[in-house]
Amino acid sequence: MKDMIEDRAGATDRPLLTVEGLAKYYGGRIGCEEVSFDLYPGEVMGIVGESGSGKTTLLNCLAGHLAADTGRVLFDRAGQMVDTVTMSEPERRMLGRTDWAFVHQHAHEGLRMNVSAGGNVGERLMGLGARHYGDIRAKAEDWLGRVEIAADRMDDRPTAFSGGMRQRLQIARNLVTGPRLVFMDEPTGGLDVSVQARLLDLLRGLVREMGLSAIIVTHDLAVVRLLADRLMVMKSGHVVETGLTDQVLDDPQHAYTQLLVSSVLQV
Amino acid sequence: MSVEQIAGEYNFAYLDEQTKRMIRRALLKALAIPGYQVPFASREMPMPYGWGTGGVQISAAIMVPEDRFKVIDQGADDTTNAVSIRRFFEKVAQVETTEKTAEATVIQTRHRIPERDLTEGQVLVYQVPIPEPLRFLEPSEVETRKMHALEEYGLMHVKLYEDIARHGEIATAYAYPVKVEGRYVMDPSPIPKFDNPKLEMAGIQLFGAGREQRIYALPPYCEVVSLDFEDYPFTRMRAEHCCDLCGAEDSYLDEVITDDAGGRMFVCSDTDFCGERRAAGHLGPLGVAESAA
Amino acid sequence: MTDAMISVENVTKTFTLHNQGGTVIPVMEGASLAVAPGECVALVGASGAGKSTLMRMIYGNYLAASGRILVDGTDVATAEPREILALRRAVLGYVSQFLRVVPRVPTLEVVAEPLLSVGLPREVAQERARTLLTRLNIPERLWGLSPTTFSGGEQQRVNIARGFARQYPALLLDEPTASLDAVNREEVLQLIEEAKARGAAIVGIFHDQPARDRVCDREVDVTGFTPARVA
Repeated sequence: MKDMIEDRAGATDRPLLTVEGLAKYYGGRIGCEEVSFDLYPGEVMGIVGESGSGKTTLLNCLAGHLAADTGRVLFDRAGQMVDTVTMSEPERRMLGRTDWAFVHQHAHEGLRMNVSAGGNVGERLMGLGARHYGDIRAKAEDWLGRVEIAADRMDDRPTAFSGGMRQRLQIARNLVTGPRLVFMDEPTGGLDVSVQARLLDLLRGLVREMGLSAIIVTHDLAVVRLLADRLMVMKSGHVVETGLTDQVLDDPQHAYTQLLVSSVLQV
Repeated sequence: MSVEQIAGEYNFAYLDEQTKRMIRRALLKALAIPGYQVPFASREMPMPYGWGTGGVQISAAIMVPEDRFKVIDQGADDTTNAVSIRRFFEKVAQVETTEKTAEATVIQTRHRIPERDLTEGQVLVYQVPIPEPLRFLEPSEVETRKMHALEEYGLMHVKLYEDIARHGEIATAYAYPVKVEGRYVMDPSPIPKFDNPKLEMAGIQLFGAGREQRIYALPPYCEVVSLDFEDYPFTRMRAEHCCDLCGAEDSYLDEVITDDAGGRMFVCSDTDFCGERRAAGHLGPLGVAESAA
Repeated sequence: MTDAMISVENVTKTFTLHNQGGTVIPVMEGASLAVAPGECVALVGASGAGKSTLMRMIYGNYLAASGRILVDGTDVATAEPREILALRRAVLGYVSQFLRVVPRVPTLEVVAEPLLSVGLPREVAQERARTLLTRLNIPERLWGLSPTTFSGGEQQRVNIARGFARQYPALLLDEPTASLDAVNREEVLQLIEEAKARGAAIVGIFHDQPARDRVCDREVDVTGFTPARVA
């Protein structure tokens, strides 16, 4: 049950993201197919499924990293729903630097490993035209603090950071420009359990404070139970079940979800 | 090679006319889009990459028999690289060569802009090792071209940020990035940042990178702004010294070690500039009057 | 039924075990009950009769197969996830038997969270959390620690404090007095009485007979909703 973890800001009536009939094929194989859903401001949706279920393909299509074959991904930009699948690449890249953020499973994919922590956080600001070193640095320091990285590590490169720190740095780098929608691909994958807990707690706090909407792909049901409001279960490229997170996990309806839930080792 | 030509001789300025045309087309495009890197089919030249093959190809493509050609390497006319290239063109183009900046029509340079202001009609040809200013932070060529196309230049400031974070100031002393006509960010080749303000000039500036197969250009009087931060503005930098030979207070200086006991002297890196001053009677602390310059 | 805060109408529940030969287990049939504001209704019946199942359906944790479950006008059986979440945030509180929290979050923060989530200032939320923790005799030196390290009884009291942090108009209580000593049991019963006094509609499961007699106005025997087993 999710009784201990209710924390989202009030729901609004207009979706932030509307996905309609999204499909992606790899030749004759299905990457994902017939995916439709609405995501509202402040909502966190988890996408779960085993490896190869199409969840990462779906995430990459949503974030514009992969071109969907059919379907629409409508995003609310200043009150107008714009189709991010058909928008021009400059527009989409701009969205990726402003309203959207993407947290990779492997921090090194989302960081510049040869740039200091401060520079990594500052890049998005500078990309949006910030030209005052002192301001950029102050903002970077504030964000490093929020993700619990000490100010004296600011000028160190991520190569000198632990896995957990790198992941926290990646999060700071992504959130510094105040995005409205964050895509996360296995954000806690490959981290020690104790480090995972810290990261989850941090993410949860940030999501609540900033009123973020997020789509989190993971195969770890514990992660979605703590972070996600609702779940989408995928199998072989199709969505087999959706619903409130605790309802899907505690009373799964589809055979595959039941298998998934019953396969988790209890400790 | 045409039948009239005797074996062992070369076409004027070494390159065949088709290649020259190809390079000229690239040059015209580069001048039309200041700061934009135009790909070109760089040829093998009878010298190794890194010796100025990009510059040599541009010089060869624009050269006419009436030209007076000057070559400098870090400001000096008498270094190996400069002498070799000068001799090369003496041999394959029989053009007149000179060491006088004022008299040259085409000046090929490695890593310096002459102290004397160039005039309209003069052409400065730069040898460029790495034309892509974003390269050191973004290894993908596909990505950097996209960044230029979409004017995504935040990364350029990340480099300057890193400089300040590590050194307390923008420590980039050469190849200091500039923005051209408010559009393309450009690497001015490894000239000292002291020279950056001179990039806005009356002469035509052509940049050639042979190994990387890129040509770019600055037409006369085009706007060239050195990137910086509001609170860390761009500054020129030169040694706090005057030229020991000619006494110049405003030229870019080389530091020369004179013995193994810590002795050193500062001299103008632009040998022509320094010589002219001494001929005109200027004398630095260690200078001796020119007998018959 | 319009004046009821919680209203269960002809609800059916089945579990289909797809991975065990598709076995269908009907667990509830024709369940109906209504709870008015200020009223406390106890669910009774033998173990396995479906008390927890019914409570979980009211909370939206289990999916009803048919029927209506209205809480403050929202039909939990058919509502969108975000509607249920909004309901849980604003209207419907739940004190479960087990505490489930993110490790590392301090106790004070855990208890204050329901208040913070509806936008109350941190000081106000923490003040309310402190009051409740004090009433439930959680020593102050533990407030800065995560409750995951606490004893079962302490965890249960933190859970109750959290459940009562907000003054929900509707409350679900699953064995709130289990594993509590006499002093804390009395505190919890008083909290329930206070909630009733301010008009909360409460559905509870109490194995503690004297407690049930003291705070509950009526009993609903869920055995009446148990279908004849077909499996």
